[in-house]
Amino acid sequence: MECVFGLVGEGFAVVVADTSAVHSILVHKSNEDKIMVLDSHKLIAASGEPGDRVQFTEYIQKNVALYQFRNGIPLTTAAAANFTRGELATALRKNPYSVNILLAGYDKETGPSLYYIDYIATLHKVDKGAFGYGSYFSLSTMDRHYHSRMSVEEAIDLVDKCIIEIRSRLVVAPPNFVIKIVDKDGAREYAWRETVKDADVASA
Amino acid sequence: MSRRYDSRTTIFSPEGRLYQVEYAMEAIGNAGTAIGILSKDGVVLVGEKKVTSKLLQTSTSTEKMYKIDDHVACAVAGIMSDANILINTARVQAQRYTFAYQEPMPVEQLVQSLCDTKQGYTQFGGLRPFGVSFLFAGWDKNFGFQLYMSDPSGNYGGWKAAAVGANNQAAQSMLKQDYKDEITREEAVELALKVLSKTMDSTSLTSDKLELAEVFVLPSGKVKYQVCSPESLSKLLVKLGMTQPAAEAS
Repeated sequence: MECVFGLVGEGFAVVVADTSAVHSILVHKSNEDKIMVLDSHKLIAASGEPGDRVQFTEYIQKNVALYQFRNGIPLTTAAAANFTRGELATALRKNPYSVNILLAGYDKETGPSLYYIDYIATLHKVDKGAFGYGSYFSLSTMDRHYHSRMSVEEAIDLVDKCIIEIRSRLVVAPPNFVIKIVDKDGAREYAWRETVKDADVASA
Repeated sequence: MSRRYDSRTTIFSPEGRLYQVEYAMEAIGNAGTAIGILSKDGVVLVGEKKVTSKLLQTSTSTEKMYKIDDHVACAVAGIMSDANILINTARVQAQRYTFAYQEPMPVEQLVQSLCDTKQGYTQFGGLRPFGVSFLFAGWDKNFGFQLYMSDPSGNYGGWKAAAVGANNQAAQSMLKQDYKDEITREEAVELALKVLSKTMDSTSLTSDKLELAEVFVLPSGKVKYQVCSPESLSKLLVKLGMTQPAAEAS
């Protein structure tokens, strides 16, 4: 029931993910951050098998950092996306990762971009994308209201429309969502949309 | 000089030298000179051909210049068979990078990767080092046009102008005198040919003794590696006054 979706606007890309960590019928926590900051100007929103999700995204994050240390220059969003896809592809026929990823980034030369990478190593550069059962609702809503070069306000408005749709129409809808944005000033958390508040717990 | 420490590549001499690496550089000192010059709008590579024969197929094969990838080429000096192995290694490394990242490999990373391979042969395995020095010429979006020189030890450096092979020290000092930072590709070609003619033994240059290649960017934005054909090279040498025009030959 994990929901991840995102879209590209004017000079920025935004990704949204639900924040429930679920095991069978139990909700472990409702404030699990599933959008990792890959580097200063990239975000990975991931959904799937919890162990794989963290393991794989951290692996990608550390390799991206290693590249930057070794070579003095950061990877472009496209290069990072292709690298990620390659790692999924290599593992696919041996020991697959069950992780779906939306990779959002901002490059000075090419502006904002969003990449759809699914667990069997499909790679697409997209303007809007989504994973999970929520995708039935968020993609339809985005198809209806999305246009290119949306402003931040318009994009967040569309994000909220998608969240409302998921909350009202998905049978076991996640209560909370996190919204992160990446633009020329970097990747950062934009907002949370919460209906259930967890007590604050010290992180692991 | 302790000859006892010669034969194994992977040990230091008491003076702290790696003799096999130094001997490899000796081998290169007997090979044909190659010169590279970095200009504002391209990189120029010229090489002195040691094998000159009318029977050689000049249109299809080159002796000194090789393309590594669409955006990188190299000139070699030293043992050709060693060079072929390393050129193939460099080509594979470049393609492997493009396979992983879907982008051309940055030039310095390619040079560094190849030099890491060369370094391995000075530290473990018990195999002799490669008897080749390279001049890498390329373009990437991070640093534009670049020229790198590497040697059997696995060291490399970025250069504005460099020479490898026979008389490379004389060539290098001539380049130091005449190189200007704002040099154009045309001027760089002229300078390279001028320096090469002074360091080569022969009195007049003919196109069959040289190879000339340039790396530059086309108006479309694509990087081009172009080897000068023997005919255009002859014309160029005549224009620069470095050779007798054909009409005057007896």
